[in-house]
Amino acid sequence: MKLKALMMGAAMAALGTAAAAEGVKVGMITTLSGGGAGLGIDVRDGFMLAVKQSGRSDIEVLIEDDQRKPDIAVQLADKMIQAEDVDVLTGIIWSNLAMAVVPAAVNQDVFYLSPNAGPSALAGQGCHQNYFNVAWQNDNLHEAAGAYASSQGLANTFILAPNYPAGQDALTGFKRFYEGELSGELYTQLGQTDYAAELAQIRASGADSVFFFLPGGMGISFLKQYADSGIDLPVVGPAFSFDQGILQAVGAAALGVKNTSQWSKDIDNPTNAAFVESFQAEYGRLPSLYASQGFDTANLLISAMGAADVGDMAAFRDALRAADFASTRGDFSFGPNHHPVQDIYVREVIQEGDVFTNKIVATGLTGHSDAYAGDCKM
Amino acid sequence: MSALLFIEQLLNGLQFGVMLFLMSAGLTLIFGVMGLINLAHGSIYMIGAFAAAAVAGATGSFVLGLGAALAAAAAAGALVELTVIRRLYDRDHLDQVLATFALILIFSEGTRWLFGSFPLFLDVPDALRGPAELPFGIVYPRYRLAIILIGLVVAAGLFALIAKTRIGVRIRAGEADREMIGALGVDISKLYTLVFALGAALAGFAGAMVGAIQSVEVGMGEPVLILAFVVIVIGGIGSIRGAFVASILVGLTDTLGRFLLPILFGTFLDASGANIVGTALASMAIYILMAAVLIFRPTGLFGAAT
Repeated sequence: MKLKALMMGAAMAALGTAAAAEGVKVGMITTLSGGGAGLGIDVRDGFMLAVKQSGRSDIEVLIEDDQRKPDIAVQLADKMIQAEDVDVLTGIIWSNLAMAVVPAAVNQDVFYLSPNAGPSALAGQGCHQNYFNVAWQNDNLHEAAGAYASSQGLANTFILAPNYPAGQDALTGFKRFYEGELSGELYTQLGQTDYAAELAQIRASGADSVFFFLPGGMGISFLKQYADSGIDLPVVGPAFSFDQGILQAVGAAALGVKNTSQWSKDIDNPTNAAFVESFQAEYGRLPSLYASQGFDTANLLISAMGAADVGDMAAFRDALRAADFASTRGDFSFGPNHHPVQDIYVREVIQEGDVFTNKIVATGLTGHSDAYAGDCKM
Repeated sequence: MSALLFIEQLLNGLQFGVMLFLMSAGLTLIFGVMGLINLAHGSIYMIGAFAAAAVAGATGSFVLGLGAALAAAAAAGALVELTVIRRLYDRDHLDQVLATFALILIFSEGTRWLFGSFPLFLDVPDALRGPAELPFGIVYPRYRLAIILIGLVVAAGLFALIAKTRIGVRIRAGEADREMIGALGVDISKLYTLVFALGAALAGFAGAMVGAIQSVEVGMGEPVLILAFVVIVIGGIGSIRGAFVASILVGLTDTLGRFLLPILFGTFLDASGANIVGTALASMAIYILMAAVLIFRPTGLFGAAT
């Protein structure tokens, strides 16, 4: 009997009929190879952990590697929407890829749930009713870093970021909440690995602190060279350069650095404690903020599936907007532009045994939305 | 802008140039002697860094790590030459590009399979940690000074090898006329394997040295590979001396461009605009240099006229 039902189900799925209550088909496009693979792998693993824990068999997830290339991401999205007929897209890590994929996808009646990238262009006038960001708007963590730097009495900061949209968003976000003077402002090249020239300028600038946004390998290189340069100024940055995946590669050079994040493994709520424990048990490593974002994205989707059928887009959209799920971050809700309203914490890099990790030392911004929500008209 | 800052930037440019030389020396030798375009040279650089990180992590000794990098890179180079590259000498450049591009993918995914997707840790040795005080109040990281010195020593050694030894004579002869040297009784295939392993060892060494101050991750070799190609084109393909001069030139142009161009634009633009324009132009500086050199010397600075 069971077998028969299963075969019926398989046959129906094979026919590809859009029958009611057939479950949700998710297309995940994320970066699984090349230099930025660690981020995509964390998002995927967090997402799949939540799917597994839900015990639901009516979620089908197709996972594809975008190789961090916008053209490949667009091809994959076209294939998933047109050939695979997915209901929901998710997974993109990088803002430039998100800009290439999301506007076209959401206009083809597909939901997009962003587990990471939150470019300002999709938060303001370019917002869309089918686009939900479960992570943050790009500026958020930098805004919190600016607020924290001011609260610590830092008054002459040197700031730097790569010369691309998210880098420009970063410096804009920092300056929005920072009240002191800037002793210097630099854009570096995307993918740059040697920062000797920038470090020489920091040394000569007379700054009292340094703020930088250099995600992934760029941050590892910068911090190692910073520690070796003999410059002894406090460093503030967003969590992207201090997440669990890269801290071990930076080593002691990162100890004591303050970084801002909407998530930390020591946020005190039962969901988060269970998440950290089960992620470690499943994959044998500590989760990063990217993993928490993937986990929350899947749980948001699952919560909406419990409340509405994906075939009824309006009802499913309302169910997503309600954000009725237990987030690893504690309180979580969507603002009018479908971006999170959440607390952003300040963490410090510490050493636990021989593992480098973060602990929360302060709250940077409470119930924070973003600067673009007012421009969004849905 | 103070004189001290300018001198520090000159040192930075020199250090970057020396590193580029280690990378491009092998590339230009392989191209000059065998006529082979080897895109997998960047993967060898990555193998050097991963071998150093793995061995230094396991033993705690940076020197052992460096040794492992040299050995692993030379072995990988020899293996690749024997199994794949050897079949490509008589093919045209497109086949070589295709095959060595495939090697990049194989090495990258193989490294990910072995070491995982997250960057590895490799730190500078304790003795070279922190800054050194130089005369005239210049403060400069010890490790970068060491890179400059070691790089110059390696360059001198390479010149001596090419100019003074029997192997060097054969390499130069192979460059000039590979059929004739074969006819004279030199085992050309053994020579090719040796040159390939030597070039690979230099790249692996560069990877290990740089790995200590940068991120040891999959794909770290490809950006350097592009710069190395720029260097050998500017220097003249096949010329070690050209590779040396061009490396220093590219290192200085890149570093000083990143430093001076935003300042230059700052004299007539507002700060953030000058930053964006200056940075964008700085990333083009070495390619503009390459174009300018090629206009006046189409075979590169030290290239043989054809």
